Amino acid sequence: MNKYLLILIFVALTFASPAAAYLAYVSNEKGNTISIIDTDKLDVVATIKVGRRPRGIELNKDGSELYICAGDDDAIQVFDTKAQKIIGKLPSGPDPELLTLSPDGETIYVSNENDNLVTLIDIKRKDQIGDIPVGVEPEGMAISPDGKLLVNTSETTNMAHLIDTKTKAIIANILVDNRPRFAAFKRDGSELWVSSEVGGTISVIDPDKKIIKQKITFDVPGMSKEAIQPIGVSITRDGTRAFVALGPANRVAVINAQTKEIEKYLLVGQRVWHLAFTPDEKYLLTTNGVSNDVSIIDVASLKVIKSIPVGAFPWGVVVAPQ
Amino acid sequence: MKRLSAILWLLLAALPASAQTLTLKVGVLRQTHSRETLSLLDIPATDDGLAGALLGAIDNNTTGKFIQQSYEVIDSKLDQDATIEKEINALIDQDVQFIIADLPAQNLLNASAIAKKRDALLFNISAPDVRLREEDCRANIIHIAPDHAMLADGLAQYLIWKQWRRWFLIKGSHAEDELLAQAYRRAAKKFGAKIIEERLYEDTGGGRRSDSGSVQTQRQMPTLTQNAVGHDVLLAVDENNVFAAYLPYRTWEPKLVVGSAGLTPTNWDAAHEQWGAHQLQNRFIANYHRAMNARDNAAWLAMRMIGEAAVRTRSNRPADLLTYMLDKDFSIAAFKGLRLTLRSWNQQLRQPILLSDGRMTISVSPQEGFLHQTSELDTLGYDQPETKCRLK
Repeated sequence: MNKYLLILIFVALTFASPAAAYLAYVSNEKGNTISIIDTDKLDVVATIKVGRRPRGIELNKDGSELYICAGDDDAIQVFDTKAQKIIGKLPSGPDPELLTLSPDGETIYVSNENDNLVTLIDIKRKDQIGDIPVGVEPEGMAISPDGKLLVNTSETTNMAHLIDTKTKAIIANILVDNRPRFAAFKRDGSELWVSSEVGGTISVIDPDKKIIKQKITFDVPGMSKEAIQPIGVSITRDGTRAFVALGPANRVAVINAQTKEIEKYLLVGQRVWHLAFTPDEKYLLTTNGVSNDVSIIDVASLKVIKSIPVGAFPWGVVVAPQ
Repeated sequence: MKRLSAILWLLLAALPASAQTLTLKVGVLRQTHSRETLSLLDIPATDDGLAGALLGAIDNNTTGKFIQQSYEVIDSKLDQDATIEKEINALIDQDVQFIIADLPAQNLLNASAIAKKRDALLFNISAPDVRLREEDCRANIIHIAPDHAMLADGLAQYLIWKQWRRWFLIKGSHAEDELLAQAYRRAAKKFGAKIIEERLYEDTGGGRRSDSGSVQTQRQMPTLTQNAVGHDVLLAVDENNVFAAYLPYRTWEPKLVVGSAGLTPTNWDAAHEQWGAHQLQNRFIANYHRAMNARDNAAWLAMRMIGEAAVRTRSNRPADLLTYMLDKDFSIAAFKGLRLTLRSWNQQLRQPILLSDGRMTISVSPQEGFLHQTSELDTLGYDQPETKCRLK
């Protein structure tokens, strides 16, 4: 009797949670799991077993499906967020790491590191529909808000390749600093930010003129230059502020996205990889690969308010709309 | 004449950049390493070292197709010391201006003198002698391979971190063994370890292979290591594959072996997978059907440095590329967790040292807590204030 009552209370409480509760998905590279975090409770509510070596993850537009790059299974897994289970897989080619979705939600672009290709996948047909040859070790992927421009960064070639999504042809190759790992557009499409892990910089690219208009460097007092390795980049919707994960420097840089001045360094967990805002931009979540946790940054106060233990070697993070 | 060439150069520079493909020819001058190794796994392949340069050229060409650059490798085997001048001149006659050199120290110095007359730039991928970076340093040699001092310091830092400070050193009887032993003595002093005893293992000649089993070795090694008082580790110093690999599991006392066997400092290991290294290992195996060794990796890295500098400078002139490589803006990614740069004072590549047991990367030096005012990588090997190098 008591047991049923407890369950009833639990169910009632669950449905009574405040409106701002989102679910964040964290891929655990060595855990072979996805940790699901309730951003209201700021706690892990479920841990789901997925394919081997999950890294890059993306949600579709309505948040009903999560696409998981399962590198060691050579596939992108499709995770149903409502049923909370894997419902299928997409043919990514070997060792997928990062992916991006077309704004219409129909196509996945995935970097295919072993073959120096960007592979296009039709989500409905679950089939590859084309390849674009790029530089050595393609990695970072981003698509412009209007869906016209696809960006791929190649880690050993050290370029951002700008690709016309209509013709599927490269229209510009922009040389950036060593080992470019991640690319992100401003929401208005006016700037493209590319992080260079080994070079230690962010190249801010003008996507119209196709040139680097500014480079952002980092200087953390008491830390050697080599330890500062920018990876994940998140820019606020209004384009005023950016956050950059600095890898083994264990910090997230807060940048005025207009002047490009660094406002602050926030100490997070060890080896911070990727970042994601909650849809209301109240919180920014960081995955910390070595300390096996997620740091929660309160965006308004620029304070780290909590660290949440997740699975082994957390890597990617996304937050679902409601 | 000088003015004329300057005018010609200006004319050339005025041509549109996209009109022509810039070609870079890279020679690989290599002297075959001994096939007399204790482990079958260490016998060098016929494309030893060369394969790394070839893979580097494939990578550079993938990048090159976006900016009209083309890379070519020309292989040259040196069978006799005496023909080195002929081999180098033959390479340069084929428009080679960059030479990846897999040569012992004295031949490398000879090569440097010949290359100097014809403005070619050398990349040392194997000779670990400290003197090449110190009193015998040369302005036309870039050292990709770490030297004895960097390797010894890399291992020493880890042993200190583990609090294994008492070392029992056994060295071989070759001149190179003494050079490496000197580096370990220096490392012990530098980081506060103690070499409690040194012993010599005489190389009496003879081969490595036999079908008579390991009975003899199993009896010899305990005797060799008997009665060494109070050591934490046994440090094997054996540059010629004479005895070190026989030591693990055969010591008198149950002690760990480090150095030339057991836990070994190196610039690359076939098992290294961190920081994206797995991708490079995959590419290498797919192309050459074998594992990438330290020389292959150094050759790949030399080629990548040439490519990186040529892409940034849009030049194929050795002087331009060298200037860029020595610039503060230059760095190269090498799957070792951080950017690598050149030491301006002796043109040695700054790099982490992998500590490998041949199966796994056990650790990577510099170790936590070994601090430096400019780069922690300069806690490995000879630092600027103590260098004897005057580049010429």
